[in-house]
Amino acid sequence: MLDDGTVMRGEGFGASATVFGEVVFNTGMVGYTETLTDPSYGGQILSLTYPLVGNYGVPRPDLDDARIPKAFESDRIQARGLAVHSLAETASHWRLHSTLDEWLHSEGVPGIAGIDTRALASKLRSGGVMMGALAVSDRVDAAAVLQDLRRAEKYADGSFVENVSTRRAVSYGSGDAVVVIDTGAKNAILRNVVSMGYRAVKVPWDATMEQIAEYSPRAVVVSNGPGDPEKCAQTAKTVKQIISENIPTLGICLGAQIMGLAGGTSTYKLPYGHRGQNKPCLEEGTDRVYVTSQNHGYCIDPESLAGSEYQMWFRNSDDGTVEGIRHREKPAIAVQFHPEASPGPYDCRFVFERLAGLMGGR
Amino acid sequence: MPRSESLGRVLVLGSGAIKIGEAGEFDYSGSQCLKALREDGIQSVLINPNVATIQTDTRFADKVYLLPVTPSYVESLIESERPDGIMLAYGGQTALNCGVKLDESGSLSRYGIRVLGTPVDGIKRAEDRQMFKDSMNQCGVPVLKSRTVSDFASAKEAAAELGYPVIVRVAYTLGGKGGGVAHNEIELHEIVERGVNASMVGQVLVEEYVGHWKQIEYEVMRDGASNSVIVCNMENVLSMRVHTGDNIVVAPSQTLDNSEYHAMRSSSLHATGHVGIVGECNIQYALDPYSDRYAAIEINPRLSRSSALASKATGYPLAYMSAKIGLGYTLPELENRITRSTTACFEPSLDYIVCKHPRWDFSKFEMANRRLGPTMKSVGEVMAVGRTFEEALQKSVRMLDAGRDGMVLNRDPDPALSDEELERALREPQDDILHRVAQAIARGISTERIYELSAVDPWFVEKIRAIVDASKSISLESGRLRELKRAGFSDRQLARGAGVAESEVRRARKQHGISPRVKQIDTLAAEWPAKTNYLYMTYGGDSDDVEPPGGGVLVLGAGPYRIGSSVEFDWGTVNMVWGLQGNGEKDVSVVNCNPETVSTDYDICSRLYFEELTLERILDITEFERSRGVVACVGGQTANNLAPDLDGAGVQILGTRARDVDRAENRSTFSAELDKLHIRQPRWQALSSVSEAKEFARDVGYPVLVRPSYVLSGAAMRVVWSPGGLSEYVQSVPSPSPDHPVVISKFMLDSLELDVDGVCDGERVIIGAVVEHIDRAGVHSGDAMMCIPPWRLDNRVMEEVVEYTKKIALTFNVRGPFNLQFLVHDGTVYVIELNIRASRSMPFVSKMARTNLISLASQAILGKPLPDIPDDSWKNRGYGIKAPQFSFMQLDGADIVLGVEMQSTGEAACFGEGFYDALAKALTSVGYGLPSGGAALVTAGGSRAKEKLLGTVALLEKMGFQVLATEHTAEFFRERLDGPVGIVHKISEPDRKPNIADLLHERKIDFIINVPSTSTMEKYAGMLYDEYQIRRKALEMGVPVLTTTELAESFVRTLEWLKSNETTRRPLEPYAR
Repeated sequence: MLDDGTVMRGEGFGASATVFGEVVFNTGMVGYTETLTDPSYGGQILSLTYPLVGNYGVPRPDLDDARIPKAFESDRIQARGLAVHSLAETASHWRLHSTLDEWLHSEGVPGIAGIDTRALASKLRSGGVMMGALAVSDRVDAAAVLQDLRRAEKYADGSFVENVSTRRAVSYGSGDAVVVIDTGAKNAILRNVVSMGYRAVKVPWDATMEQIAEYSPRAVVVSNGPGDPEKCAQTAKTVKQIISENIPTLGICLGAQIMGLAGGTSTYKLPYGHRGQNKPCLEEGTDRVYVTSQNHGYCIDPESLAGSEYQMWFRNSDDGTVEGIRHREKPAIAVQFHPEASPGPYDCRFVFERLAGLMGGR
Repeated sequence: MPRSESLGRVLVLGSGAIKIGEAGEFDYSGSQCLKALREDGIQSVLINPNVATIQTDTRFADKVYLLPVTPSYVESLIESERPDGIMLAYGGQTALNCGVKLDESGSLSRYGIRVLGTPVDGIKRAEDRQMFKDSMNQCGVPVLKSRTVSDFASAKEAAAELGYPVIVRVAYTLGGKGGGVAHNEIELHEIVERGVNASMVGQVLVEEYVGHWKQIEYEVMRDGASNSVIVCNMENVLSMRVHTGDNIVVAPSQTLDNSEYHAMRSSSLHATGHVGIVGECNIQYALDPYSDRYAAIEINPRLSRSSALASKATGYPLAYMSAKIGLGYTLPELENRITRSTTACFEPSLDYIVCKHPRWDFSKFEMANRRLGPTMKSVGEVMAVGRTFEEALQKSVRMLDAGRDGMVLNRDPDPALSDEELERALREPQDDILHRVAQAIARGISTERIYELSAVDPWFVEKIRAIVDASKSISLESGRLRELKRAGFSDRQLARGAGVAESEVRRARKQHGISPRVKQIDTLAAEWPAKTNYLYMTYGGDSDDVEPPGGGVLVLGAGPYRIGSSVEFDWGTVNMVWGLQGNGEKDVSVVNCNPETVSTDYDICSRLYFEELTLERILDITEFERSRGVVACVGGQTANNLAPDLDGAGVQILGTRARDVDRAENRSTFSAELDKLHIRQPRWQALSSVSEAKEFARDVGYPVLVRPSYVLSGAAMRVVWSPGGLSEYVQSVPSPSPDHPVVISKFMLDSLELDVDGVCDGERVIIGAVVEHIDRAGVHSGDAMMCIPPWRLDNRVMEEVVEYTKKIALTFNVRGPFNLQFLVHDGTVYVIELNIRASRSMPFVSKMARTNLISLASQAILGKPLPDIPDDSWKNRGYGIKAPQFSFMQLDGADIVLGVEMQSTGEAACFGEGFYDALAKALTSVGYGLPSGGAALVTAGGSRAKEKLLGTVALLEKMGFQVLATEHTAEFFRERLDGPVGIVHKISEPDRKPNIADLLHERKIDFIINVPSTSTMEKYAGMLYDEYQIRRKALEMGVPVLTTTELAESFVRTLEWLKSNETTRRPLEPYAR
């Protein structure tokens, strides 16, 4: 059910529950495991436009050599609910551990199948994202759910980062430290840092400059995460100090917005966000376009770049929005898309190489 | 980067006649390329002898040459046209190979011509098996273990090293031609021999065989600035076992997870970047179903069947974009043609599933092996779009138009197979493999076991299981009915399951408000608004994406390409749309389901429905569209057969009225009308019993022709030579019924056959041309060589033909296109049949006569009067010859003798000043080498055929050819001719030398005249089997074989003509009207 009163009926799966959240759609055709565990979906009900979901099931949560889970981006499903057109009742894959239905059930997350997800996407595209409710039950009282929905906390008012962030610092791998400020970091960021040859140190979102300095980090990554960047004032403050200390810094998604805010830009909310694995981004000053994985509802205002410490780095080829910025003087770069992939294409791993470049080519 | 200013004129190579592995998709890609050139103000010159294509209309290309795509013809055009650049990627393997040869011979550099798109060294890195493997190793893309070899001895070594089974792949060929899987040394020997001969460079690759691995493909677009995107990925349902052209393919992949999808995606970009692709290419992978391991199999550095499918599946016009990149544009500079606001540098996101299903026509080929494997055998394909796999798969089965309504609940029950036979059928897939999977499910065999045998991923098996299970509880209750429709069941299947009439199911649906929804294919999963109306219908949705204005015209396309219905009907469909639009019709929509067509380009018409050509779906569409009427006369027999039922359901059929069409198709009423007009026809009778038929045959004399009504391309037609044959035939066909009468008629030997294509508006009859068949009557008109104008007929006969044509067209109130077939026997004209629809020969006639018959037909259909065009306007324009293209090589075992069943897969036509001028070019176009000297083998059954060949053999001797013949034939010629005739021995007597097999193998025979005595199955019994072996062996060695005396004579006379003449090379003149 949507905030505008639209009701879509389908078959429930996963957990029997009623949840409220901002309804968003993602156009990726693979990677539901990675997507659902992406902390950036905190507070949101996710609809997938690809109609057949759950085909390859859900893998065993194996850890890699650095003890980072392989196909999971965090330790749980982060989206509040899942809406699909057709759920695979049986799944087939050599890595198969459970079906999507079983997984959602065990994680206490409700899902709905059999709805017209294309019509839903069209509605959100033209009307903008909105709050919605997903109720899975033998009997659903639509009027009551709508009432509850109207009373539920609005996405814009929610503070999600503190819920998804780590409570204490955790290290992965070995070597010199690269600190990842966890505003909802995907495991793929940690994997990429480790594969660069560093120890990834994940610290809480509100870690102070002093706490971070204890690790003598070679670089800092400000991670992705859910919600409005303006709610991350503490992180912005820390980031400002890090950058002023000339510590190489990479921002990703929410992290990019936080860096932007710390450097004098402003942010705004897109009508229906960018969520998918097919988004073209042009590197400013070149004719190279990269296909990127994206998941963001907020964006840096291009107008605000002029008076700020940052300049345009990547621009969305479809709608011209800001997809990356770089600091005019300091070794700080940030991208709105997900160079760590998972889900999505690996074409932008070079962003981590650019960070390595800022670190002195090690 | 703007396009290069130095490009003023560009030469585009077409793919020639349609053959298995190289079909209508290249009309689509070539047309898009020409469109892209025109937009940029570049002059285009096209060379392609495929007369039935849209690209050879002078609409997109500035100049069209109907000439063979061979290095010597292309070079002569380069000489005269002096193009600045050349496009090699749009005409399949034919164009690519020709381009490589031109580069190697130095022609391109000599004239300073730039190859636009992937450069030749890039093409070679992809095409040459060994260079490909080396390139992949260099850029870290995994490949399978293999060795390149050029003879059997080293192949044996390689196989021993790799371990059997191994797969043999041939370099530079299309559709896996000549390759195969060898399980032992004997098979290896045969395949390697065949493969080395088929290869342009005499090499084959022996590779480890991974039949049960998943077969995955990616379509890559890459520009000159190294931007690259994956437009589509696809998964083959029948694993690596079956060539992708013969595979059932889904897009996007269904069983791959994120890491597999993106690992191969990245790998595709590395591989194509390293090879140096500029434009479009296809890359194919094998993926181990039990581990992370995958391997790149091959790269097609050109537009392909897969890329045509990917274009239609995603809405991303790959060929057009690729051509723009060839001109120097970068991807970010190009716009997404669907949204018109976003960039072309993106990866389409689908919110539906596409299922491609091949169409085979094995029943047309006597003795052909139906087994599917690494060599492509299908002749066409369909693409179905749905929101579940079940829906897309069942739609695709219906679209094939091969007698099935879906996976289950079909009219004809599955054959009763023993468990053992069923297991074998799963292990050794044939064209009905998925139906055997369904059968196995129904029999209670487990998914695991089915997977083990068939290598069809359990996910697909489970989906088919869902269909089988659903079919067990058919109900017309609202909720259940909705579920069944979502699972892709047609009303007809449900009617069969519920034991009611089809119309009853439709009524129940309407009552419950269950109708399909219309959705757009928009490349971006609804994320951006789409500006084009590229549509499909599904039960997986609650709302429609578009709202038609109502009152428009709906044109029915021709469905999948098959023997007898090919690109010519797509030419007709597209020209009908243009004709209607040109005559003021604002809203014209098209229904078709064939991804290899131009008619399914979404910029041709107002709304394109990529949909089934079934009564149920056309009614769904006309109701949704509120169409004013339907045009059913350009889509071949598929569309034509729908007309009576549509008419019965109250849909207005535009053009000739349905009941007039029926009067012509019904043998009795047709015959009665001819009698009234005092026009003769061969004696015939509706067959009601065998004894009656035998009596008739005794009366008129054998041979007789037997056939059911409503047939195209001679399906189930037979020439019967004896009472025994007649009994056999009657037992082999479904029992005659009033709906499906079987007709027996006198088969007139030694007759000439004529075709007349025309248009009528009810008052005026326009004769397109009178076309004469070069081969004797009895060779199916689709397989016969044809000539405009007739060159063996006197004026009186011609006048009579024209007069009859006019009378008949007016009698049947034709309003639109029609085709009449005549026989001329001893100077008497007989009418064989009237088809009130577009015919196969119409593009040929239209181009030759410079009169677009379909365009005129559109006027007649809209009720506008036709212009006055003189009856002989098509004469005195030189000669035009249309020659059939055969694809026997792809079909193991198929015989090449022609008969009443059509067997050709395509055609080419060339025009010239004289008969032999046109014929020489037409023969070259369909692959006949025209030797200037050497040896000819002549074998003929029966003294009659030998007599007829006397003149031809004498001419051969005169021209200095060495004539070889088997004992009896040699004796015959020696007695009657002066020259020496060498004796050779039959293949079945390998100890007697010189033997035909050895001579063929040593390439000591340049061509063969082999005329069998009869054209029945009897030819395979006993001694005639030997002739078959000669033909088959010759085919595999690439030696031309002429199987009729007429063709043999024409061929030899052409060789004579070429001794002192050169063929002309003139561009095609545009339509005058």
